Amino acid sequence: MVEMNEFQERARTLVQGESLGYDQRLRRLAVLATDVLPYPAISAACREALEKRVICDMFEGHAPYTARYILPDYEKAIRQGLSYLELPPPTDLDDAISFLQIMYGHVPSVTTYPVYLGDLDKVLAPFVDSELADEELDRKLRRFWIGIDRLIPDAFAHLDIGPHDSRIARSILRVERSLRQSVPNITLKVDPALTPDDLIEDAVRTVFETGKPHFVNHPMMVADHGERYAAVSCYNSLKIGGGAHTLARLNLKEVALRHSGSSDEFLDQTLPNYVELTAELIEARIRSLVEQQHFFDTHWLAAEGLIDIERFSAMFGIFGLAECVNLLMSYDGREEAARYGHNAEADAFSRRIVERVAELVAARPMPYCNGGAGHCYLHSQSGIDLDHNVTAGTRIPVGDEPAMFEHITTCAPHHRYFASGISDIFHVDETAVRNPRALVDIIRGAFISGMRDFTFNLDSNEFVRITGYLVRKSDLVSIADRGSARHGSDFLAAAAENEFHLTQRAVKRVGCHERDPR
Amino acid sequence: MKGLVTNTIKFSTVDGPGNRFVVFLQGCNFNCVACHNPYTIAVCTDCGECIPSCPTGALTINPSGAVLWNESVCNGGDTCVSVCPYDSTPKARYTEVADLLADIRPVAPFLSGITVSGGEATQQTEFVQSLFAAVKADPLLSRLTCFVDSNGAAGPETWQALVNTLDGAMVDLKCLDPEIHRSMTGQPNDMVLAGIRQLHQLGLLYEVRLLLLAGINDDPTLMRRTADWLADINPAMRVKLIGFRNHGSRPHDPPLVEPSNESLLSTADLLRESAPFDVCVI
Repeated sequence: MVEMNEFQERARTLVQGESLGYDQRLRRLAVLATDVLPYPAISAACREALEKRVICDMFEGHAPYTARYILPDYEKAIRQGLSYLELPPPTDLDDAISFLQIMYGHVPSVTTYPVYLGDLDKVLAPFVDSELADEELDRKLRRFWIGIDRLIPDAFAHLDIGPHDSRIARSILRVERSLRQSVPNITLKVDPALTPDDLIEDAVRTVFETGKPHFVNHPMMVADHGERYAAVSCYNSLKIGGGAHTLARLNLKEVALRHSGSSDEFLDQTLPNYVELTAELIEARIRSLVEQQHFFDTHWLAAEGLIDIERFSAMFGIFGLAECVNLLMSYDGREEAARYGHNAEADAFSRRIVERVAELVAARPMPYCNGGAGHCYLHSQSGIDLDHNVTAGTRIPVGDEPAMFEHITTCAPHHRYFASGISDIFHVDETAVRNPRALVDIIRGAFISGMRDFTFNLDSNEFVRITGYLVRKSDLVSIADRGSARHGSDFLAAAAENEFHLTQRAVKRVGCHERDPR
Repeated sequence: MKGLVTNTIKFSTVDGPGNRFVVFLQGCNFNCVACHNPYTIAVCTDCGECIPSCPTGALTINPSGAVLWNESVCNGGDTCVSVCPYDSTPKARYTEVADLLADIRPVAPFLSGITVSGGEATQQTEFVQSLFAAVKADPLLSRLTCFVDSNGAAGPETWQALVNTLDGAMVDLKCLDPEIHRSMTGQPNDMVLAGIRQLHQLGLLYEVRLLLLAGINDDPTLMRRTADWLADINPAMRVKLIGFRNHGSRPHDPPLVEPSNESLLSTADLLRESAPFDVCVI
């Protein structure tokens, strides 16, 4: 709990924060306010692990009053209208776009902005027929896109397209290439049997312009979540009409630093201990949201059947796998094997750690998590701006990545465990721009080898992925020069860039979704 | 069946359509002034001059006098290549088709195909033919396309031998003028010109590559003649215009000059004015 004098000091810093716009001050003050309330009840061991940052609550605040990630069922909303917002079902494309823009303003999330904007090719399909020419469709979506970027200045706002080809999906990619905005973030769902090469290639050309979209393995997602899922924020795959109550993450490097003994003892004792402390934190935060703040009993999205607590779960994140593996190899006296991503023994041990975490999380019942059959979803957490000397998720350390084929084959075996996303990033050089079909080949190969989701960073691109979300390099320069930015996520990026020098990395990026505690 | 392989690359985005596995063969019948990997020109003579230069002791000579390279000790520094007096490398190895297939198989899901480059692919036609036939016969690999990257100096019997297994050829045309061609490569260009025409007739010509050296083969009148000659074969031909880069090439007296970007673009315009070529500038 924040003491009054500290609260005053932090509030004063925010209201006088010259680098923050009015809206940014307002939203940060709202986060600060809940920190004067008591933290949900947790054990002394859990509190200590939280304070030492072995486990991390993503600075969601002391009294969660919204689920972290919410995926409203926009198709249903369009069909039935919104009684809370007094909107009848739209009858044409202009109405539908206006309907969505209004609705976005009322969808809560941990960032205060909606993290899911819909599977827009499907949501808008009833309003696009052969009467509407492509040029007109592009014009309307272009206006819509500018509105999204200016009204929702947050790179975690995310929409999905695919796996089927459609005029709307093609128009969205054209508009993306012409506008080159960092918002919205986009995912293309790829089903090798349904998604034509030509659509994937169109998406790859868009990556060259804007760093988007992200690519997900549709059949693998459907196997875990059913047909009604979406990738949101950056990059979390969750059920549509559901979402995630909360995300807590376990720093495997810090766990390894607190371990003494063999690798087997790590897997049998130390790791299970910290997995349980993380689970305890998640359970306390879920109960606070559901039982104390009564989010699902009070929010209009639930009342109108656009979200259903039965389709929610929580996200159990891990990060720092690389450092954890290397430390444990050293403890066992095998310094030469302490190089995750470059040593077969280290890679094999990394898989044992991930399997063990998956097994423990799958065995830990969690209340109000029927979306995950009563358990958390496992998530490879891609980092926040405060992470020092620790690698995101299950990634190979930035700058130490092997060549792309070896990189993919090292990472791919982890992907099946992470139902709520893992988001590896591959860095490609400029020569690929003249040969987009080469990246189509790599995307297809990556999915065959068991990858769930990933994206590409082009080294010459104006856009760069920091811990997963996109920023324009020119916006980072503007923070350095002027100390201000229009998008809230740009500040996180500036901090991450200073810590990691991510824009100098040899081969890629990271993924993200957090609240800055400062 | 064995071939003398310099090395392989699992993923390449610059050696034909899509992502490709590339096999570089050792040995070339040209000696181009602008060659960017001159260590692939000659076959190792086992002279042993590189052995003392190796900082990690990866090179030895065996009792029968052959230079051996121990890959597990090599640090990849290429000192051996830099001291070789014959434009060769001790690292090329006679490699079985079956061993190459074993390397290609795990990568195959990520590929559009394989490309044999060099060196000069057609100097080991029998091996190339055997590799391509094996790829086509392997159920896991048969969907892969088989390309060669060639200097074009191969007779009609070479292309005829490959006709059933080859899916496309990328051929360099160093210069349409025979004398300039000879000064650039040490060889005449009649076989190259005939080869380009034959490959087009066989439906196997994927692209023609023009490597431009400033002041040597980029004269506008010559380029216009080149465009007319290419257009006569196929006015919709895919033509790749490559500006010479000093990186990797041998020193030359007088020094070779990289063409400016503007000069490359104006050559591209000149080509497009002559015919509706699919021109790609790199």
